[in-house]
Amino acid sequence: MSVVVRIPTPLRKLTGNQGEVREEGGTVREILDGLESHYPGIRERLTDEAGELRRFINIYLNEEDIRFAEGLDTKVKAGDEVSIIPAIAGGAR
Amino acid sequence: MAFREDQIARYSRHIILKEVGGRGQEKLLSARVLVIGAGGLGSPVAMYLAAAGVGTIGLVDMDVVDVSNLQRQIMHSQATVGVPKVVSGARTLSRMNPDVTVVPIQDRLTAENAMELFSGYDVIVDGSDNFGTRYIVNDAAFFLKKTLVSGSILRFEGQVTVLEGHTGAPCYRCLYPEAPPPGLVPSCSEAGVLGVLAGTIGTLQAAEVVKKILGVGELLTGRLLLYDALSMSFRKLRVPKDPHCALCGPKATITTVSGSSEWVCQMPAS
Ligand SMILES: [Zn+2]
Repeated sequence: MSVVVRIPTPLRKLTGNQGEVREEGGTVREILDGLESHYPGIRERLTDEAGELRRFINIYLNEEDIRFAEGLDTKVKAGDEVSIIPAIAGGAR
Repeated sequence: MAFREDQIARYSRHIILKEVGGRGQEKLLSARVLVIGAGGLGSPVAMYLAAAGVGTIGLVDMDVVDVSNLQRQIMHSQATVGVPKVVSGARTLSRMNPDVTVVPIQDRLTAENAMELFSGYDVIVDGSDNFGTRYIVNDAAFFLKKTLVSGSILRFEGQVTVLEGHTGAPCYRCLYPEAPPPGLVPSCSEAGVLGVLAGTIGTLQAAEVVKKILGVGELLTGRLLLYDALSMSFRKLRVPKDPHCALCGPKATITTVSGSSEWVCQMPAS
């Protein structure tokens, strides 16, 4: 299954400045495996030592947060869009 | 409330809107809004709220204006470099609209002062620059049942949402349960931000505040608006209430405002 993955600006240094990449996989976890193989170093930004999604990163499958679905085991299908949404805090300074 | 002649003239473009009218303009004039951070986001928020005739605007910021702020912090100017931001901001807002009472609070928002500071206001606006402050703002707003209009910016991207955990809607901790660990995170000044992004996101926050005061339209409650200036794209994602939320969930473990502000502004990356 080929899906589009949207990369937020803080991670684009790892993807050669691409804001959108394509990955293959049947679950979000497999999509992350694909990301790591193409863009080494990206996985540790997204998941902790136990392989769980970090608590200041959200991954959306289309319009829905996967934390409220099956987490990293959430199934994806061709044409889906996976978005990585990090907490950002800038504003005043 | 009877409008003066000059007020009828000043607010005429509002008053002729049926969603605002004289009644709505009165609501704006009697509203009290607290803006956390008198910088990039706080500038457009406070300026548009002042122009709209929001009667009382509190500004919380402990910094002084630096020349590197002027690329995006439009409430300040060359002439106020070195002046406390809340004083510089108060001057700009009062000049723009003498109807507005500006309350300058030159202090850092802390777990100790947040509840007292927030209690006198109807709506809280978060335009701060670090995760520590964002969780303090969220928790205090939740305990006091205040609507929180949250905005954040980094590089070319911004996020806006309206948090009303006290109504059964999600809070900031539902959206992001934990802040990135400090120390792993570069500062905002290292990361950079496109100046106009502050205007885009701050004005969207101001629009949500005005709608909340007027009670019109659909707020970004339970939704996260993402803006990417490079691709010029806006997207709205659904934010569910987290049943395990430590603050607003049924088994909440957080019962008081705690924590400290840290000067970090983004996830560990690059
Ligand atoms: Zn919550």
